[in-house]
Amino acid sequence: MSAPTREPLTGTLIFERGAPESRCVESPALDVPDVSLSDVLSGRQRTEPPVLPHVTEVEIARHYERLASANFGVDSGFYPLGSCTMKYNPKIDEWACRLPGFAGLHPYQPPATVQGALELMWELQEALAEIAGLPAVTLQPAAGAHGELTGLLAIRAYHTANGDPRARVLVPDSAHGTNPATVAMCGYEVVQVPSDERGGVDVAALNTLLDTDVAAIMLTNPNTLGLFDENILEITAAVHAVGALAYCDGANLNAILGKSRPGDMGFDALHINLHKTFATPHGGGGPGSGPVAVSDALAPYLPGPVVARAADGVFSLVTPERSIGRVRSFVGNFGVLVRAYAYIRAVGGSGLTEVAEQAVLSANYLKELLRDVWPLPYDRVCKHEFVLSGGRMRKQTGVRTLDVAKRLLDYGIHPPTIYFPLIVEEALMIEPTETESKETLDRFAGVLRTIAAEAAEDAGLLQGAPYSTPVRRLDEAAAVKRPDLAWVPPEGAPG
Amino acid sequence: MRFIPVTCEEQAEMLRVVGADTVDDLFVDVPAAARLGRPLALPDPLGEVELAAHLEDLASADSHAGSVVSLLGGGCYDHYVPAIVDAVVSKPAFFTAYTPYQPEVSQGTLQAVYEYQSMICALTGMDVANASMYDGASAFAEAALMAARVTRRHQVVVSAAVHPEWRETLATYVGAGVLDILTCPMSDGVTDAAALRDLVDDRTAAVLAASPTFYGALDDLEALAGIAHDAGALLVAGTNPILLGVLEPPAAYGADIVVGEGQPLGNPQSFGGPGLGIFACRQEHLRQMPGRVAGRTTDVDGRTGFVLTFSTREQHIRREKATSNICSNHALNALAAGVYLSAVGREGLAGIGRACVAKAHYLESRLVETGRFERVFSAPFAHEFALRYTGDVAVMQARLLERGFFAGLDLGRFRAEDVGRVLFAVTEKRTRAQLDRFVAEVNAL
Ligand SMILES: Cc1ncc(COP(=O)(O)O)c(C=O)c1O
Repeated sequence: MSAPTREPLTGTLIFERGAPESRCVESPALDVPDVSLSDVLSGRQRTEPPVLPHVTEVEIARHYERLASANFGVDSGFYPLGSCTMKYNPKIDEWACRLPGFAGLHPYQPPATVQGALELMWELQEALAEIAGLPAVTLQPAAGAHGELTGLLAIRAYHTANGDPRARVLVPDSAHGTNPATVAMCGYEVVQVPSDERGGVDVAALNTLLDTDVAAIMLTNPNTLGLFDENILEITAAVHAVGALAYCDGANLNAILGKSRPGDMGFDALHINLHKTFATPHGGGGPGSGPVAVSDALAPYLPGPVVARAADGVFSLVTPERSIGRVRSFVGNFGVLVRAYAYIRAVGGSGLTEVAEQAVLSANYLKELLRDVWPLPYDRVCKHEFVLSGGRMRKQTGVRTLDVAKRLLDYGIHPPTIYFPLIVEEALMIEPTETESKETLDRFAGVLRTIAAEAAEDAGLLQGAPYSTPVRRLDEAAAVKRPDLAWVPPEGAPG
Repeated sequence: MRFIPVTCEEQAEMLRVVGADTVDDLFVDVPAAARLGRPLALPDPLGEVELAAHLEDLASADSHAGSVVSLLGGGCYDHYVPAIVDAVVSKPAFFTAYTPYQPEVSQGTLQAVYEYQSMICALTGMDVANASMYDGASAFAEAALMAARVTRRHQVVVSAAVHPEWRETLATYVGAGVLDILTCPMSDGVTDAAALRDLVDDRTAAVLAASPTFYGALDDLEALAGIAHDAGALLVAGTNPILLGVLEPPAAYGADIVVGEGQPLGNPQSFGGPGLGIFACRQEHLRQMPGRVAGRTTDVDGRTGFVLTFSTREQHIRREKATSNICSNHALNALAAGVYLSAVGREGLAGIGRACVAKAHYLESRLVETGRFERVFSAPFAHEFALRYTGDVAVMQARLLERGFFAGLDLGRFRAEDVGRVLFAVTEKRTRAQLDRFVAEVNAL
């Protein structure tokens, strides 16, 4: 007797479901005279219909429910993905962004008909300015990297207005890949700054690299090791001393909300990831939102439009006088802005500070529970995350950090960020966030200890993991060798 | 509200484990001069009931597509969003997930991305599509940068008939001097092909155009592709995906890169964001494409599965040599687009396209009949068209807003030459009754 089998959750495409006569949503009956498409479109009408699915609503509902069951989100379980701040996404925010007075707005409506939306945006600008310690904010950028582009182009415009755009931008070796990629897009040369033995910027090395051809430094603080740069004031002062500006990648703002502000550290520009710090969901890769806060000197260069409030309380969209221009259409990812605003009002000023405190306490707590199992390359108080090295485990057992990550999946836990930052061998970057209970943290530490023991006993067990996921390790080499990036109907299939 | 499950007692225990007396001991690495030292000057926390009321207050201060009949377009449209779309994108396993870096627990996102890519290829006729960009404008700018990499040339010619915000975004993206932009004038609402021929030469990386144009007119992509290809340049074609059930796909005219604003496919207008950037190209240019892409492969047990692939193009591997700095994209909006296209299917998309076109043409002739609007262009159009108003546009729009209509987009705000012109968009949601009432109000002006 054969064992009962279940249909796999994934693999069967929506194109392969349904039948040619299946329908879900049909176009409304035509209540105006029909037109001849070839006439009105002057022969530019479609001749071959696009191959799209033929399915009923129930098939769509089942299909995506199956796909969802093969996914892991914050609501599924612990998601300590370093640098990504996978905190809980409040449900009220989802409700708010769907209100007809928000979701149903057209970006070119007369300003008088969108005063609620503009007020929300203005309040958000003000709140982010207070949190950043920088006076001017644009909400336009669509993500962190988009904010980097915006900030760096504003810096370039500032230098250009002063007579010389300068040639180089300094980026620490611990930086996220978007930082050097952004520098290149802005026409600058990337110069890498080494880290010192405490995990901060090597100030001596920095000083040898600084000259009047340096346009800016791009720093993440706390940095991607989860460490606050103790020399930050000295660093920004040295940067300013050569006429360069200091840009802060705000990916790690969650650690310092209400405790320390990038503006007070001497930064001139900062991007904020609303999809990290302010609890808006990551959506399986986006949409995010990457507002940029800047100093008074950079404010005239921000992309327009930004929201202004007149003395009579009326809100309008204005473009700063020396704007670099827009970096996208319309005003920004408004639906994401609504969620972030709702979150900020929910937790309030005091709550934001508490968020940072708990995020940092939880990270330090986990670090203590794990430091004897994986070496801690930089042993000092961490902020919202910390990085362990799997180098010793690899040497002793042959088990790589990748294997540990895959094994975690069998325990129902999303792995930490791995192999980043690049300066730590076999890195495991762990960010618990403030929204996890102590019980979850304890269980995670326990699971990692168990996995370490498994590694010592049976390396093959980990190297073969995961075993319990909808699919197991995938052949990434084959994906490149035989690219299959879009479905095409099998030949002779019914149209 | 508070989203912290750790209790006070547990906090004390955690502090003990880390060897700190207070949480502030964990911030000793912050230099004193960089500490805030005061509470944030922000409002106090709100409970959920008060917060909901506050947000409803703000939202109810706005007029919206449900309370005013909208004839606004210009890149963002009031299409019907099937109920199933929100039911799917509201599933926490989709919207609370991160980028699918661990494919074994991300097959839902990855398969949905692969299906989305397949549908975009089907719509546009291109070989490959990426997993999405931020929006149509940034996709347009990235396409110019990609064309420069493919051709190793540093000049692009952009049609003046393209959406002004797309052109402005392009100018910002290349503002650091990475590309030179020449602008080709328009004529009759489309690219002036004769002028284009004079502008394009062996320095041109790409001709950048869109059909429909910003003015709703259908451009002659075939002619533009011919001019570009004769000079060894690429054609970047902007499109509106919801019309591709009725419009011949850009690939059929020789487009090399196709970009578009994907909002019409199942995404709410949401004040213009988040929508999504559609990006598709030919297989041979895949390695120069920006953004993530999902591919189909197998797992160690031979089961079909999906992964992010061709990552050596991307910033997390190639850093300053990457094809773009893009990291987060608009995956959830792409998911909505995929569900939308599944729900309407082949026939639905064609029917919606036909309804938009028929209703737009109905309204156009009725408005011209009033004598208060005049045609400015003779080029064919699909669901959006520009007319000249014989009086003051602002006064007309204000009057019609009082009567419950967003009476089109005042083109004068974008270009001096367009003062007096109004752009109308008509979607399948507009009923004949609404259009007739609008025409009656125009007559009563
Ligand atoms: C440190 C850091 N910088 C920049 C980024 C890019 O942000 P986004 O994905 O929003 O573009 C990330 C994202 O993971 C990051 O961790």
